[in-house]
Amino acid sequence: MKFLFQTGKYLWFLGRVFKRPVKGRMFLKQVLEEIDDLGIGSLGIVAIISVFIGAVITLQTAINIELPIIPLYTVGVAARDTVLLEFSSTIVFLILAGKVGSHIASQIGTMRVTEQIDALDVMGINSESYLVLPKVVAMIFISPFLVIISMGIGISGGWIAGFVTGLVPSEDFIYGIQYSFVPFYVYYSLIKSVVFAFLIATISGYCGYYVTGGSLEVGRSSTRAVVVSSIQILLFNLILTQVLLT
Amino acid sequence: MIEVKNVYKSFDGNIVLKDVSATFDPGKTNLIIGQSGSGKTVLLKSIVGLHQIDTGEIDYDGRSFIGMNENQRKKVRKEMGMLFQGSALFDSKTVEENVRFPLDVFTDMSLDERRDQTNKCLERVNLKNVNHLYPAELSGGMQKRVAIARAISLNPRYLFCDEPNSGLDPRTAIVIDNLIYEITKEYNMTTVVNTHDMNSVMGIGEKVIFIVEGEKGWEGTNQDILESDNPRLNDFIYASRFLKQLRDGHI
Repeated sequence: MKFLFQTGKYLWFLGRVFKRPVKGRMFLKQVLEEIDDLGIGSLGIVAIISVFIGAVITLQTAINIELPIIPLYTVGVAARDTVLLEFSSTIVFLILAGKVGSHIASQIGTMRVTEQIDALDVMGINSESYLVLPKVVAMIFISPFLVIISMGIGISGGWIAGFVTGLVPSEDFIYGIQYSFVPFYVYYSLIKSVVFAFLIATISGYCGYYVTGGSLEVGRSSTRAVVVSSIQILLFNLILTQVLLT
Repeated sequence: MIEVKNVYKSFDGNIVLKDVSATFDPGKTNLIIGQSGSGKTVLLKSIVGLHQIDTGEIDYDGRSFIGMNENQRKKVRKEMGMLFQGSALFDSKTVEENVRFPLDVFTDMSLDERRDQTNKCLERVNLKNVNHLYPAELSGGMQKRVAIARAISLNPRYLFCDEPNSGLDPRTAIVIDNLIYEITKEYNMTTVVNTHDMNSVMGIGEKVIFIVEGEKGWEGTNQDILESDNPRLNDFIYASRFLKQLRDGHI
């Protein structure tokens, strides 16, 4: 019953979020600020995770190939497909659910408990749309770029780890990442990233917007935003994989 | 004039406002007083539409606020200014951006015109050279003054103040009270102030409505308060030993 209530409330909230902004120019400025804050501000963590995970995937695959008849370029194939299909979209966005999700929920939650949202409402501003829509648009806009950057850095990390350790020669790895390449995997990952970006921004915005109480509740809403966003990312990952890849 | 008629408000079955009716006169500082938990903040927030009332009527100069759709309400809201208990300034914006915000959103003025109007409002609340500062860099009294400047930036017809003196020292509290009083006269606004500060009541309470346990317990002027024989009002007014001794002639 509580789940249905929350779902209904979330959908009603979305209805309020997706209303025309009061002023187009002001909205554009907000979107640009959010792109900088949420997107560009996440580049560092995306790059660090991607390079290390790419390297680990390569090393683990190379170490676990025991049969000498399996060519070494298979490591490149495995690293590429893992990064393209799952890592750069799902895992990166699980991390972003923690970083961006908690940021959005605590920011909006603090505005709620300090009556800043009430101030917007009294002025006659649609506070849901004013606060959340720029974040949603910014996240959806920036997410494909983050995914592509993650893919590039992840595969590069694998390539560097391969030849530095001597486990996978550079030519084999580069041949592997080109071998039997399916371009749709990139599109599939980009589609997923847009859905995940939408989920993170709206769920975190929802959790922050409806905070009641004080700083303790703001902290709880931030945690709830991360947990719920992560679960929804995993659920929609399953659904999108079923829909797009089968 | 703002009219509140037979307003009921409850939260999860707990009745907070019971049949409250009151009128708030234009050009006057109308005070809602009562002890903590009496329902005065709920009443104020119901008047401005932050709480949906269960039953009753709220009229702004004859316009039924309850019967309005969202767009009609927006028009009335542009005529409102509100000073919140904790100031509710936007943390991420500077003082100038805070005061300019309603102008940015609701007017087609040029940036220079908006800046001029912002500076006028800041000067009116006796603040200078603070435009570039953030709310966190200001004292409590200065934050309240910035919030008043923001509230009057669109020349509102109605001004609402929720506990404007909370957290301020007595001297600063008097400055804020006087500012609210002067601005009310200057703009001929209908001002509604929610307070339990007796200095405010005696200083600027041209019309006072006493709320007790969610009901209107008394209504009059600040001068009438001293002569009232309403026991619940007297309990509230003379809660401090000092005032009690003053009333009984021991001081």
